[in-house]
Amino acid sequence: MMDYSQFLLMPQEIGLLLVFLLVFIYDTFMPERTQRYMPVFTVIMMALYTIYCFCFPAATGEAFGGMFESNAPTWVMKNILNVGVVLVLLQAVKWTNSDFVSVRRGEFYELTLLTLLGMFLMISARHFLLFVIGLETASLPVAALAAFEKRYYESHEAAAKYIFTAIFSSAIFLLGISFVYGMSGSLYFKDIATALIGNHSALLIASLAFVIAGVGFKLSLVPFHLWTADVYQGAPTAVTSYLSVISKGAAAFSFLVILAQVFGAAYSQVWEWMLYAVIVLTITLGNLFAIRQRNLKRFLAFSSISQAGYIMLGIIAVNVMGMSSMIYYVLVYIFSNVAAFGVIAAIERQTGRVTMDDYNGLFKTNPWLAFTMMLAMFSLGGIPPFAGFFSKFFIFVGACHQGSVAIYALVLIALVNTIISLYYYLLVVKAMFLRQDDCVIPKFQSHWTERAGLILCVLGIIFIGLLSCIYTYINGAVDAISSMFAMIQ
Amino acid sequence: MDLTLFMYLIPSLIMFGCGVYGFITRKNMIAIMISLELMLNSVDINFVVFNRYLFPGQMDGMFFSLFAIAIAAAETALALAIIINVFRIAKNVDINQITKLKF
Repeated sequence: MMDYSQFLLMPQEIGLLLVFLLVFIYDTFMPERTQRYMPVFTVIMMALYTIYCFCFPAATGEAFGGMFESNAPTWVMKNILNVGVVLVLLQAVKWTNSDFVSVRRGEFYELTLLTLLGMFLMISARHFLLFVIGLETASLPVAALAAFEKRYYESHEAAAKYIFTAIFSSAIFLLGISFVYGMSGSLYFKDIATALIGNHSALLIASLAFVIAGVGFKLSLVPFHLWTADVYQGAPTAVTSYLSVISKGAAAFSFLVILAQVFGAAYSQVWEWMLYAVIVLTITLGNLFAIRQRNLKRFLAFSSISQAGYIMLGIIAVNVMGMSSMIYYVLVYIFSNVAAFGVIAAIERQTGRVTMDDYNGLFKTNPWLAFTMMLAMFSLGGIPPFAGFFSKFFIFVGACHQGSVAIYALVLIALVNTIISLYYYLLVVKAMFLRQDDCVIPKFQSHWTERAGLILCVLGIIFIGLLSCIYTYINGAVDAISSMFAMIQ
Repeated sequence: MDLTLFMYLIPSLIMFGCGVYGFITRKNMIAIMISLELMLNSVDINFVVFNRYLFPGQMDGMFFSLFAIAIAAAETALALAIIINVFRIAKNVDINQITKLKF
C-alpha cells in the first residue's frame, strides 16, 4: 500500500501543477472575449503561488523510495526559478496578445509552466530515471516554444537546430548513464556513489565525459555551445529570455548535485580537470565571440555562454560557499538578463529592430529604457554597487576557498575575462548614450506589464546586492546539507 | 556457443558510432533523425544487457530502457513536427539550405 503522505514533500510541484491546470481550464473553457485577460491571469496565479511558496517552506525528506528529495537548497532554488518565471511571463503579456500570436497564447503559458515542472523534477531528483524524465520534460517543450513565431522562417530554423542538438546531447548523456549503471548496478545517486569509491577506471572517465558533455549542451558550455547563438536569435524574445535564465539555472543546480553526490569520489582524479578546461574555454571563447556580434540577441547569447562559465566556478569549488554563491549568481543573473531581454523585447515589438546600431541615441528618445538597459549591462559586467558585482565577488571567493593553486589561476583567468566582458557590455551603453544617428528609434510608450517587469528587475539589480540578508539566507539553506560535500576527494 | 556480455556491447557501441557518424555527415533532416534514433536505441540495448548479465536480480535497467523508449518516441514526434514546419516554409529539408542564422 502506497503512503500518500509522501506527496506532502512536493508542495511546490503540486502547486505548480494546480496553476497549470487553472490556466489550462481558463484557456479551454472560458468564452472568447475573456481570453485576452488570460496572460494577466496566469501571471497573477503564478505570483500568488510564488509568494505562497516563500511563506510556507516545504518539509525536508525523501519520497518515493529515495527517488525524490526535498531539502532547504532545492526549496530556495525552486523559489528563485519561480520568481524568474513570473518576470519572464510578465514581460510576455503584451507579446502574447499581439495579432499573430494571440490565437495560440494558451500554449505558450502551458508549455512554459510544464517546462518549469520538469526543471523542478531535475532539481529534486536523486535517481537517474527521474532525472532523465525531468531533463526531457524541461528541454523538449522549449523546442516547440522556439518555433512559436509561425510566420518567421528563423523561428523554425532555431527550433530545428535546438531539437537536433537536444536529442544528440541526451543520447550522449544516456550512454554515460548506461556505463555508470554497468559499473555500479544502481541508478540511485547514493548507491552509485558508494559503488564508485576508489574506482578510477577508464570506463568511469569515459562515462563522466559523456555526462559532462550531455549536461554541458543544456548549459551551453564551450565546446558544446554552437546551438546557443542561433537558437537565441531565432526564437521569440520571451522564449529566449526564458531559455537563457531559467533553463540554465536549473541545469547548473542539478549538474552540481550530480557531480558532487554521484561522482564526488572522483573529484580531484577525474572531473576537476575536465571542468577546469571547459570553464577556461567557456569564459574566454564566449567573451571573444560576443565582441564581434551586432545583433543584440546573438550578443546576449554569447554573453550568456560566458556567464555560464562563471556559474561553473561555483560548481568546481565543491564546497558550501561555492554552492550558495552559485545559487546567488543565478538569482542575480535572472534579474539582470531578464531586464536586458525585456528592453530588447519591448523595442523589437514596437519597431522590429534588434541590432546594436539601432540603439544609437536611444537615450535621447527613450531615456527610461536606455537607463534600464544600462543597469542590466552594468550588472552583467559586474560594476559595483549593482548586484552583478556581488555575485561575481562571492563566486570568486567561493572558488578560492577550494584552496589549490590551480583554482587560483582559474580565478585569475576569470577576472581578466571580466575586464574583456566590460568592453563589450559598455559598447551597448556607448551606443545608447554617446552615439548619434539619423534614424533613431522614435519615442514610444511601452505596455504597463513590460514597465512593471522592468521596474521589478531594476529593483532587483539594485537591492539584491545591497541587502546582505539575501546571501546569508541562501548560505544558511545550503549549510543544512553540507554533508553533501563529504564525499569529495 | 554462449553469448557473453561483450558480444552485445560491441554491436551496441558500433550502432552508437554509426549514429554519431550519420548525425555529422547526413544532409537530410530525416536521415539525421534516423541517426539519432540509432544512438538512442543503442543506449537501450546497453541498459538491458547490463541488467541481464551483470545484475540479474533486479529490474532497474529494464525499466529505464522502457522509459527511454517512450522519451525517444516523444522526441521523434516533436522533431518530425518541426521538420514538417521547416519544409512548409522553406520547401526543403536539406540542412545545407537551412543556414540563415549564422555568425
